[in-house]
Amino acid sequence: MTSPGAARRLRYHTVRLRNRPDLVIGYVCLVALGFLVLGPLVEIVRDALTLQPYDLAYHPDGVVGSFSLFHLERVFASPLSPALFFRPLLNSLAVGFWVTAIGVSIGSLLAWLLVRTDIRCKGLLGALIVIPYMMPSWVMALAWISLFKNDRIGGTQGFVASFLGVQPPDWVSYGFFPIVVTLALHYFAYAYLLMSGALATVDSELEEAGAVCGMGRWKRLWRITLPLLMPALGSAIVLTFIRILGTFGTPALLGLPVRFFTFATQIYASINARNNGDAFVLALVLIVIAISFIWINSRIIGIRKSFVTLTGKGFRRREIRLGLWRLPLTAAVGLFVASTVLVPLSILLWESLILVAGDYSLDNLTTHFWIGQGNVRLAYGEAGVLLNNGILTALWNSLKLATLAALFNGVLGLLVGYAVVRGRGTRLSRGLEGIAFAPYIFPSIALGAIYIGMFSAPIGPIPALYGTFAILVLITVVKNLPFTSRTGIAAMLQIDTSMEESARVLGIGWFRRMARIIMPLSMSGLVSGMLLTFITAMRELSLIVLLLSPANMVLTGVIFYYQEQSMPQHSSAVTLLLVLIIILVNVLVRLVSRGAGVSGLKNS
Amino acid sequence: MAQIGLSGIRKAYGREVVVHDLDLTIRPGEFLTILGPSGCGKTTTLRAIAGLEEPDDGDIHLGEKLVFSRRRGVIVPPEKRGVGLIFQSYALWPHMTVQRNVSLALEEKGLGRAEIEARATQALETVQMTALGARYPSELSGGQQQRVAVARMIALRPQILLMDEPLSNLDAKLRLDMRAELLQLHRDLGSTTVYVTHDQAEALTLSDRIVVMDRGRVMQEASPYEVYHHPRSLQVAEFIGEPRINLVPGTLAREAGTLYLVGDGVRLPAERARAAKGERLVAAVRPENIELSTVPVAGWQEVRLDNVQPTGATTILQVCAGATRLRLVRPGFLRIEAGIPLWIGFDADSIEFFDPDTQGNVSAP
Ligand SMILES: Nc1ncnc2c1ncn2[C@@H]1O[C@H](COP(=O)(O)OP(=O)(O)O)[C@@H](O)[C@H]1O
Ligand SMILES: [Mg+2]
Repeated sequence: MTSPGAARRLRYHTVRLRNRPDLVIGYVCLVALGFLVLGPLVEIVRDALTLQPYDLAYHPDGVVGSFSLFHLERVFASPLSPALFFRPLLNSLAVGFWVTAIGVSIGSLLAWLLVRTDIRCKGLLGALIVIPYMMPSWVMALAWISLFKNDRIGGTQGFVASFLGVQPPDWVSYGFFPIVVTLALHYFAYAYLLMSGALATVDSELEEAGAVCGMGRWKRLWRITLPLLMPALGSAIVLTFIRILGTFGTPALLGLPVRFFTFATQIYASINARNNGDAFVLALVLIVIAISFIWINSRIIGIRKSFVTLTGKGFRRREIRLGLWRLPLTAAVGLFVASTVLVPLSILLWESLILVAGDYSLDNLTTHFWIGQGNVRLAYGEAGVLLNNGILTALWNSLKLATLAALFNGVLGLLVGYAVVRGRGTRLSRGLEGIAFAPYIFPSIALGAIYIGMFSAPIGPIPALYGTFAILVLITVVKNLPFTSRTGIAAMLQIDTSMEESARVLGIGWFRRMARIIMPLSMSGLVSGMLLTFITAMRELSLIVLLLSPANMVLTGVIFYYQEQSMPQHSSAVTLLLVLIIILVNVLVRLVSRGAGVSGLKNS
Repeated sequence: MAQIGLSGIRKAYGREVVVHDLDLTIRPGEFLTILGPSGCGKTTTLRAIAGLEEPDDGDIHLGEKLVFSRRRGVIVPPEKRGVGLIFQSYALWPHMTVQRNVSLALEEKGLGRAEIEARATQALETVQMTALGARYPSELSGGQQQRVAVARMIALRPQILLMDEPLSNLDAKLRLDMRAELLQLHRDLGSTTVYVTHDQAEALTLSDRIVVMDRGRVMQEASPYEVYHHPRSLQVAEFIGEPRINLVPGTLAREAGTLYLVGDGVRLPAERARAAKGERLVAAVRPENIELSTVPVAGWQEVRLDNVQPTGATTILQVCAGATRLRLVRPGFLRIEAGIPLWIGFDADSIEFFDPDTQGNVSAP
């Protein structure tokens, strides 16, 4: 085997690595990401197909680790299957379908109004519309509960019951209907961002060319505009659908009280019941569904075009005149935006300020839940949010998690972008780009589940990370990688190779080139990528809910806990605190980076 | 002074071989130009010398040092080769001032502050850019950016200068000025320079030696005089010289003891052709080597003047002899009417002959 030729080639390639830092980075990233992204997948497939210690209750004489179809049978073909698999499947698909349909429609309509018409107050409306993007997806669900809670489920009543004296029916208060409505009112923002980016890049000259050719208005829309928008629309649909499959907070808050399970909440329930095997099988099914969707989309749209990136490149566009409809439509959009942002936040504020839950009269207002000392007769003696050690620790953890994840993601995005762009056209480059993109197809809750499978025991030098803070950082970094690596690639593509090559020839080493040339030139992209990771990490629940432990609680976990404990004032107050911090950091980073000359900051 | 040695350099992108087994030695202190049409592999060769491109085969020596050898497993990275390179796009760092662009690499070398300051100032002085040290590249004109790129390079005092079409982004007038400055720079630094261009005039004016490349192969390697007067192949003959050389295909025939090349409507003396009568050849004659008269001359050939293009210092004339069109150049601004008859004569020593099949030069030396 070791002919002189082979030995010589090997030596050459070793020497070559010293000359090509991008190759070294590429290989290291590829191996590390392979381990972090594909490793867990292999691990849960193995766990799902073998007997685990927790299965011995059912199989007392089984051998742990031996091959078994036990989990598959339980999920797909046992008396438990309808409750464990089929009903959650139907629920998830139904919720996913309706939320996607409604959310993408609203988002596209708003995008069209704001980009292509002469609607008023564009700047303000545009800024407000993306605020849902910065809030946890289940803020709306919390507000909904405060509004429509009825007495049948137990606990206190909500606004509607209290003010109108009528108990809303169960289908309004909990379950399918409110889940769809609240999720749609959050996820339209994603579709809006994608579609407005696409609309802004569709050159209206193309449409005018159509008009010159004698096409009518509708034909133009059908034959020119829509085909150009198809890639963005396809991405918006698939992206929204996958996110909804993996979302945990809203179905948990609005579904669990009436035992309405989606895949996400069923995975959570199975893990809580220590039936990890079931959860792994369900997670695998989720991943399969997500992959099929991406595949179908890429078939229809064409693989190259199936994922559009957002650009803000503006053409001279002719705005469509709304005429008489201008003011009414402006008002309607304003009202809608307000109802998705201001209404839920106001409700939560009010909820956080009442002494006895369910009594919304003015003389029941109090600041106890914000700044009160613990009182044994109220809320199990929990102190107000701002004086509560548990909450402040969770806040500190959240900030730490989001900051660390943002930093790691920034560095990783830069390195992946560097290796991918420098190696353009090679297999290493394509492989790395692909693997950095892979976490995108794992619905959040499924990724959480497979991380349990992977890190509950030590792997080589890596200790068992389950229950530690490190695993939270790890999974957050991995989940956000598709976006940051894309930002990194886009930023690197902007920098001409000769910028670095001229430095090389002048004798400047790799670290200095990175620090002095590559990083400054890609700063604006990096900052916006990191900011996005920070926001996502602050508001994340679905991804980490399975991995949280009391020692490593974060704010979103605290909110969920208080809601489960029927302590709406606390959960509302903490939610407000969270949203406030996210918006504050967002504004701060933008101010600082603008001050530092970083321009063109844009959410992507 | 450093010598540059390339031997057996081969580079392919996928299936497409863009440099074929290139052997080239550049003598210490020489100004060598690689000349060739766009896409012929000039930049690839230059980048291989700088270390930015890894050839698939071959060895590269800079001075005494082996800096690349596929066989022996040697790759010295560009940052350790100590060459100066000017990119076609200048590649200035847009987020740094001119001063900083020049001093960054000096800092990397670990020089003292005063030394850095002195060298950067001196380099900027050399290119007369001292006054603009605080500007950013985007605030400079093309020519000024070019000067900064030069200053950045010479501040490191490299023994070897590599320039990739440094003048192609400048306007015509500036190009002439910068040409002279770059040559002066080469002389002052006493460096070995490899200059890449597709502009044959630049190559002829600047070089000690020219390497003409086409499709990844060296077509000719010689002094500008040699390349111009004795091109080794038809391609080189056509590529060099402005206005283009005249090509006359024809058959060798002997008349009254003299060998002629008989074309369609013209007859050229073919004493220098190394071929037997009856063979088909292509004669190539430079426009300035055709003699011209407005009155009949014995032994000259009558032609008709087709059109006249005065450029100022010279005038280009196009004449028609039978079906053959010929270009002529005369000094000065000629005022002459198209359509009149003229007489042209050939000097047997200034005609080169090529084999139309192999394209090779078949003239006696
Ligand atoms: N990175 C690359 N990938 C693929 N082909 C390349 C690459 N760089 C250059 N080439 C090809 O190699 C040939 C020579 O390129 P180059 O050396 O830049 O030519 P020149 O500088 O003489 O114009 C061209 O045909 C070009 O298309
Ligand atoms: Mg070139």
